Amino acid sequence: MATETAANNNKSVLWDWLTTVDHKKLAVLYLIAGALFFIKAGAMAIFMRIQLMSAENTFLSGQTFNEFITMHGTIMLFLAVTPLIFAFMNFAVPLQIGARDVAFPFVNALGFWIFFFGGLLVSLSWFFGGAPDAGWTAYVPLSSGEYADLGLDFYVLGLQISGLGTLISAINFIVTIINMRAPGMTMMRMPLFCWTGLVTSILIVFAFTPLAAGLALLMLDRIFGGQFFMPDAGGNPVLWQHIFWIFGHPEVYILVLPAFGIISEVVPAFSRKRLFGYTAMVFATLIIAFLSFMVWVHHMFTVGIGPITNSVFAIATMAIGVPTGIKIFNWLFTMWGGKITFNTAMLCASSFVPTFVLGGVTGVMLAMVPVDYLYHDTYFVVAHFHYIVVGGIALGLLAGTYYWYPKMFGHKLNEKLGQLMFWLFYIGFHLTFFIQHILGLIGMPRRVFTYLEGQGMETMNLVSSIGAFMMGAGVVVLLINIVYSAFTSERITVRDPWDARTLEWSTTTPVPEYNFAQTPQVRSLDPWFYEKVHGEGLMKPAEPMDDIHMPNGSILPLTIGLGLFVWGFGMIMLEMANPIITPWIVIGTGVIITFGSMLLHSIHEDHGYHIPLDKIKKIEKEVG
Amino acid sequence: MSDSVDVSKGLPPNPEKATLEGKNKFLGFWVFLGGETIMFATFFGTFLGLREGTAGGPSAEELFSLPLVFLMTMLLLTSSLTSVLAMFSMKKNNFRNMIILTVITVLLGFGFLACEIYEFYEYVHHGGLGFTTSAFGSSFYSLVGLHGAHVTFGLFWFITLMIRYSRTGITLTNAPKFYVASLYWHFIDVVWVFIFTVVYLMSIGGA
Ligand code: HEM
Ligand SMILES: [Cu+2]
Repeated sequence: MATETAANNNKSVLWDWLTTVDHKKLAVLYLIAGALFFIKAGAMAIFMRIQLMSAENTFLSGQTFNEFITMHGTIMLFLAVTPLIFAFMNFAVPLQIGARDVAFPFVNALGFWIFFFGGLLVSLSWFFGGAPDAGWTAYVPLSSGEYADLGLDFYVLGLQISGLGTLISAINFIVTIINMRAPGMTMMRMPLFCWTGLVTSILIVFAFTPLAAGLALLMLDRIFGGQFFMPDAGGNPVLWQHIFWIFGHPEVYILVLPAFGIISEVVPAFSRKRLFGYTAMVFATLIIAFLSFMVWVHHMFTVGIGPITNSVFAIATMAIGVPTGIKIFNWLFTMWGGKITFNTAMLCASSFVPTFVLGGVTGVMLAMVPVDYLYHDTYFVVAHFHYIVVGGIALGLLAGTYYWYPKMFGHKLNEKLGQLMFWLFYIGFHLTFFIQHILGLIGMPRRVFTYLEGQGMETMNLVSSIGAFMMGAGVVVLLINIVYSAFTSERITVRDPWDARTLEWSTTTPVPEYNFAQTPQVRSLDPWFYEKVHGEGLMKPAEPMDDIHMPNGSILPLTIGLGLFVWGFGMIMLEMANPIITPWIVIGTGVIITFGSMLLHSIHEDHGYHIPLDKIKKIEKEVG
Repeated sequence: MSDSVDVSKGLPPNPEKATLEGKNKFLGFWVFLGGETIMFATFFGTFLGLREGTAGGPSAEELFSLPLVFLMTMLLLTSSLTSVLAMFSMKKNNFRNMIILTVITVLLGFGFLACEIYEFYEYVHHGGLGFTTSAFGSSFYSLVGLHGAHVTFGLFWFITLMIRYSRTGITLTNAPKFYVASLYWHFIDVVWVFIFTVVYLMSIGGA
């Protein structure tokens, strides 16, 4: 066994990252991939704002604009925010529950690579005649074979693949959180980030599967001549809208709940108080999750489903405001009377609260059916969801970045640059999106690439664009900060640079690959804080020191992802006018790579290896 | 993760859940089945929404023949029973019986699949209902075909497991694998019961 560990050390760094099954390394991979996609989609947003800066501008053609709105939305939701959330869930959840890894380390890596190759497939569309252009919602008939070209096949198959990755990662998180908690870490002692991670994962299991079904139907229609959404052959286009929004509304909560979780970690840590109303927070999360499946028709009020249905869904929608309000008050009460430190993480976390409230208020406005007929498909809706998506989720992710950065990378991000980023981003955000409420109210439709002169929209659009540039500048400052801090920040050697409350801060920095030399015994909510105050300042071990069992790395997750990628690409080739090779050969190759790798994995029993006790003692001495 | 289980006195009574890894597989698989349920529900919903959309092509009443479907139901239900019995043998640590019963399960599964292929062939070539004929055709073939694909996958899964572990007997590593495969098989069976009711009985009974 000792030889096995030694062999592991000799492999190249690149190979190590490609084959890793360590949740902390996968977190970094998710972070990088998510950040790259975020920058790409952000650049598209800037281009769209340049186009809209003045009336009847010709910077972008209508077609390119349509491709940009579609790719911007699709990438942001599926390929940027989702992986960024998974990055933090991967990093923090096992540490916060006192586990050595997730339940299925192999599946964890598999989820990442499948997501990654799916995202790559979507992005490839640019090189084959243009990106999808039917909006991230891909409504038929716009997305049908009649009106949409090859780009939409990339959308359908790329999202199908990346969604599969997301789904299996979610299953992994559920099992991890339920089965892998350290002794004493009862459900009601879990940090709120674990709770929201659990609930988000459950939502993924129940929402991404209808999406998978819907995408499959659309694919069958487009590539194999299905008639699901074709009215002349008895099909029904509204069916797509139902399936899409049965997925789509829970999806917005899939993204926002982990952000709630991050806020619920950061706010107590920097208010030096425990989270106010922990139990209420947990139940509010569960209620939101339940209700999020009951409200999808509020995206379809104007379809004409009928007044009774619309009213029922309107009331259900408004009901979500109640548990959400509970959360808002709990954050405020956590800060109330606390000793608040306004560093960058806390600035992002605390400013999340008012922006999210604004998004919620416009949400309730949109839920009133009669007026939604006015707001629907205008910039008012754009403003609404950006207050939640940017003012909520993005701020939450930024808070998480500044908060967990020292644990993940061993040094803090520069505070001065951090605060500069925050103010650029925050002011830019309100400039961009507040004014879009008014633009919407005076009738500017969304998803249209230009507007006429003399309708009173020029100035407001200009302001909105300037705000967008400021946000872009904020992101650039963040990137500079990452590079700058890597060279200038001092190394962190203490366990707990923030004097925080939860278990991840009880590990040594950098976190050894086995996380905890001895599984900790948890004695209360905020266990690390409890030991600092009532105990001896370190976690009590729940087991004696012993050899630690670890899983082996594997290249198979990557090859399975690659196989699916080839398979999906082959399916798209079926639609190409003159593909270079027969599509079925490509499909066959993909199928063989995929199932071959799966077969290899299942017949080769890998029992992992053990880190011997003396090596653990050595590591612990070095870092401790 | 010290999942050391004492096997010196033989396997524990529930070998599939004796290790943490086994427990994880067990829970993870149940969650996966939860997701599958919703995916099938979406296909069922699609079928219910589109089954009147025959676009002048053949309709359900004209096509479906209950005797064949009844035979298929019997084959699949019996295979579920043999699969349960196989799991009982596993818990009693009777490897030979477990394999025999699993082989029977697989044979019954292939019987079902053969009937399904015959059924589709009939509908396409003599009934005039292709996948592209109408929305009804598309939704029927996709729902029932998706189920058929699951059956096929399950069969290959059983076969792989039996070949891989033909010499090892029941161990704490492979017990969860056999158990999970049999769970999957029951799930497929339950889905079929719903297909039988919603697709065939309700279409013919005029509900
Ligand atoms: C209090 C909670 C919320 C309420 C009452 C609410 C209500 C609504 C309503 C009624 C619409 C449809 C507007 C229309 O198209 O006419 C809508 C759209 C939207 N909401 Fe919300 N919402 C809430 C929270 C959220 C959250 C948490 C997110 C995201 C994390 C979100 C993201 C979106 C998006 C992306 C759209 C636009 C979808 C599209 O048509 O492309 N909303 N919301
Ligand atoms: Cu919604």
